Amino acid sequence: MTTVAAADTPLLQVGTLTKTFGGFTALDNISVDIKKGERFGLIGPNGSGKTTLINCISGALRPQVGSVVFCGEDITQLPPHLRARRGIARSFQIPRPFRSMTVLENLMVGLDFAAAGSAAAEEEIAMSILTRMGLAAKAGAPSDTLSQVELRKMELARAMAVRPKLLISDEAMAGLSSSEVDEVLDLLISLGEEDITIIMIEHIMQAVMRFSERVMCLDAGKIIALGVPAEVMANKRVQEAYLGT
Amino acid sequence: MNKRSHSIAFWAGVAVFLIAVLTMTQIVRNEYPFFAGYVILQFIALAVAWSILGGYAGYVNFGTNAFFGVGVYTAVALFKATGAPLMLQIAAGAVVGMTLGFGVGLLTLRMRGIFFSIATIALAIIIETFVMNWRFVGGAAGIQIQRPPVMAPFDSYVKMLFFVQALLAVTAVSIARYIQNSRIGRGLQALRDDELAAECTGVPTLKLKLVACMISGGLISAAGAPAAMYLQYADPSSAFNLSYSVSALAMALIGGTAHWIGPVLGAILLGSTQQLLAVTISSEVNVLVLGIMLVLFVVGAPKGIIGLLRPRYRLRAGGKP
Repeated sequence: MTTVAAADTPLLQVGTLTKTFGGFTALDNISVDIKKGERFGLIGPNGSGKTTLINCISGALRPQVGSVVFCGEDITQLPPHLRARRGIARSFQIPRPFRSMTVLENLMVGLDFAAAGSAAAEEEIAMSILTRMGLAAKAGAPSDTLSQVELRKMELARAMAVRPKLLISDEAMAGLSSSEVDEVLDLLISLGEEDITIIMIEHIMQAVMRFSERVMCLDAGKIIALGVPAEVMANKRVQEAYLGT
Repeated sequence: MNKRSHSIAFWAGVAVFLIAVLTMTQIVRNEYPFFAGYVILQFIALAVAWSILGGYAGYVNFGTNAFFGVGVYTAVALFKATGAPLMLQIAAGAVVGMTLGFGVGLLTLRMRGIFFSIATIALAIIIETFVMNWRFVGGAAGIQIQRPPVMAPFDSYVKMLFFVQALLAVTAVSIARYIQNSRIGRGLQALRDDELAAECTGVPTLKLKLVACMISGGLISAAGAPAAMYLQYADPSSAFNLSYSVSALAMALIGGTAHWIGPVLGAILLGSTQQLLAVTISSEVNVLVLGIMLVLFVVGAPKGIIGLLRPRYRLRAGGKP
């Protein structure tokens, strides 16, 4: 099986994905293609299935129906660590640092296990990612001494240490002040400029509008709108979903 | 280069230790130091082996006694059936222990925290019950073992066992040290902190847990294998005694699990205290002292002796620096 996809095949193809928890349908027949290098916004009210969708993409959950195809390879049945090695990285909505490690060591985990390389080069790569994220000064700090915004940045930095083709950011800006939101957003946009495809889940609308080339809105496990940001925001069903009727 | 000089220092230390042990067996006449020393070395091996799964990976195994007893009875069964030499008994114990470790590793698929610990206790009870009903190795009544003649250069069997247990302790320490400094150690530390985050960062958590269970189990069983020869007797309720579990766990925790030296220090401290008390007061006081020390350390130094010595290790053990 070839893993090198032709230029026009999508990086990620989600096909007729359905995920139920008991009698509750969290995702209902979701199909979407994400292009290589795209900045993709994922929105929807709480409980609409955003995190479930990225759990299915990153492998934390397995869907009952449907498939996830990455770089032309069907990865639906692969465990998360094999997906990480193929280039899918994610951050978590509530940061999940490796608390007993320093910031640098947190990144070394991804470099050690997901991105094959020499040990000497790894530390250099980790430092360059930290510099990029503005965390270089904290490299030796225990990760449980970080502030909230630093933790969020470290989540992204650790995901970057996997050397991903696809980066999924799950509400990396929740609970941050507006200047911090801009800081994190600039980081994500700059990552998008270097050929990393990014899926961003976010509730902060200005951030979604500024970031995304395309936006998809979920409601109750269904896609209710998909298109350029302005179009999706103007969509009546999207407004209803967010504001109620 | 720092790492390299550490390695040289470590292996030099190992060589000095083994030479000292060997020399001691040739010079010292009195058998008692070897009889007592054997127990301390055995606890070093147990505590270090326990900490590979319980410390590095954070899966608290209460079934040390299951692995220990399996080591004892593998040796007994093999010796009775074939008269196999001691080294073969130990090797067989290690293999059976690793197999059992693989089974315990599969438990970690579904169980974490206290549920895993309880399952390991249940495991010990099941295996003990099985051995109690196994006539070939003596059943519940136990079995007398006739030691074969001792091999040169040793002049007594206890001295030889002392040296063999020293080798086993060194093996356990070397393996723990290797794991700690390798990619495996980093992976185990990551999955102890957060299993899902580790998995999503590329850590093959199931594989690493299986490896940790198998190595830990194999080492515990190997350390238990010579016990029947040491006592010249084996019975299920002592081979599967829960005190092995409590001691291994207490020694590892009191020493600190963030570095391989922690369980070694804990085992030396507690092991020698126990031996001393057994001679001076009574063997019953052992348990009391173990309990009191565990309480003191849990309250006063939750990251063990090495946590007191080096704040950095307090961090690695998963607490605030």
